[in-house]
Amino acid sequence: MSTLELKKEKKVMTGNHAVAYAVKLSKAQIISAYPITPQTSIVEKLSEFIEKGEMNARIIKVESEHSALAAVYGAAIAGARAFTATSSHGLLYMHEWVHWFSRARIPAVMAVVSRTIGPPWNIWPDHSDFMDQRDSGWIMSYAMDNQEVFDLVIQAFKVSEDPSVYLPAMVGLEGFILGGTSMPVEIPEENSVLDFLGERRQPYSVADEIISVGNLTSPEETEQIQMGIQNAMGRAREVIKKVDEEFGRVFGRSYGGLASCYKCGDAKYVVVTMGAWSGDALGAIDLLRDNGIDAGLLRIRYVRPFPIEEVREALSNARLGIVFDRSLSFGGFGQLYSDIASSIIGSGTKKNLVNVISGLGGVNISSDDFVQAIKSIIESYESEGYVHPFLWYHQGEVMKYQHIKT
Amino acid sequence: MVITMKLVKTEDKLPISYPSEGAAGKTGTWRLERPIVNNEMCTRCYLCEIYCPGNVITVDKEGAHIDYNYCKGCGICVKVCPKNAIKMEPEEE
Repeated sequence: MSTLELKKEKKVMTGNHAVAYAVKLSKAQIISAYPITPQTSIVEKLSEFIEKGEMNARIIKVESEHSALAAVYGAAIAGARAFTATSSHGLLYMHEWVHWFSRARIPAVMAVVSRTIGPPWNIWPDHSDFMDQRDSGWIMSYAMDNQEVFDLVIQAFKVSEDPSVYLPAMVGLEGFILGGTSMPVEIPEENSVLDFLGERRQPYSVADEIISVGNLTSPEETEQIQMGIQNAMGRAREVIKKVDEEFGRVFGRSYGGLASCYKCGDAKYVVVTMGAWSGDALGAIDLLRDNGIDAGLLRIRYVRPFPIEEVREALSNARLGIVFDRSLSFGGFGQLYSDIASSIIGSGTKKNLVNVISGLGGVNISSDDFVQAIKSIIESYESEGYVHPFLWYHQGEVMKYQHIKT
Repeated sequence: MVITMKLVKTEDKLPISYPSEGAAGKTGTWRLERPIVNNEMCTRCYLCEIYCPGNVITVDKEGAHIDYNYCKGCGICVKVCPKNAIKMEPEEE
């Protein structure tokens, strides 16, 4: 089917409803979730679809997020296309099952509607809940706008169920900023998504044969199972790119795979972001370019597998990389920065790189904030020849930590 | 000298296993006492088969049969038999 033949309609909807529409069109059969702000309206919308008879799926009601992901696992391991959604402390509560899922190599999709981890109690988004799952073995993508939310959820099912991957996938979006904010989203006709996804695929099913999962085995075999996950992550890089291209051919939108670049080619200063505030960062790049500063934006779309090659390429000609992290590994660095530094060091080149922590706890960062932070970092770098590697941008000021020596 | 490194094997292993008889060894060796069925007294009521926690008793028209390779000698069959058709006898060395 070509893009031209496909019937589409544009609806104005929140990011959460974009998730629900994508799950409906992907024909998920089992949904289990526990309500938590700001995720709840995803499952409410899915319940509405089911009650109206527009969607042929069942919702398993559970008493906690831990049970929700366990129920999704049970459904998925028996052959169902299954889905859950959660946020913040709910996600932390299901963390044990997050690991179990990926190590069992069972495909499924989860939407993570980001909200800062407490205390203090809060409702505003940063990436702390999402990044807390970083080492779990899930495919992890993060959206910039509601259309991308819709597209990523569908692609997550496709990538997750690819036989060379067979890993669960989570799609991140910031609560309220995307989750609760309405934007136009293009929705393709009912059956086109199922045509794109095909039938459910998975490596084994407890409905087909008598097997036990996760039995005691030797340390050697345990390690080999984990080597397999790393292999699958490697293959997932190619699958994600292929799925992104195929999605573009069918539905008319491609994003460039694991990361997307804006004016990186000739940029002296490459800014790196992930998530909704990348929209503000894009605006900042244009404002900086208007002021004669050659800046570009590298937007990380996938945290796992990490876009190692894309990062190397985007930063290859840059004098300085400025990585904005909306989450922090306390006592270390922002998680994106750590991976970007590792990716570059692995290629054998030296590159000046600075980590800027900002927007934690949901602090709003506008295009003007980005311009101000980036400008002052560049000025400091160009006048002193180096820049402190760890900075915090808070309420209009770029600050450094004295206990980290340059 | 050139040192070549092996590539990580590309075949993935899954954490699943298939049930197989005796995978954990013959648990019948754990038995201290052996249940003996007197099939002349047996009425084929199936209670021993239903209650056996080791799932090692099969009842058919000939009577009750115990798989001594896996019977751990717990004696539940003796307790549930309404006709006292099963007796425990000490296991010989």
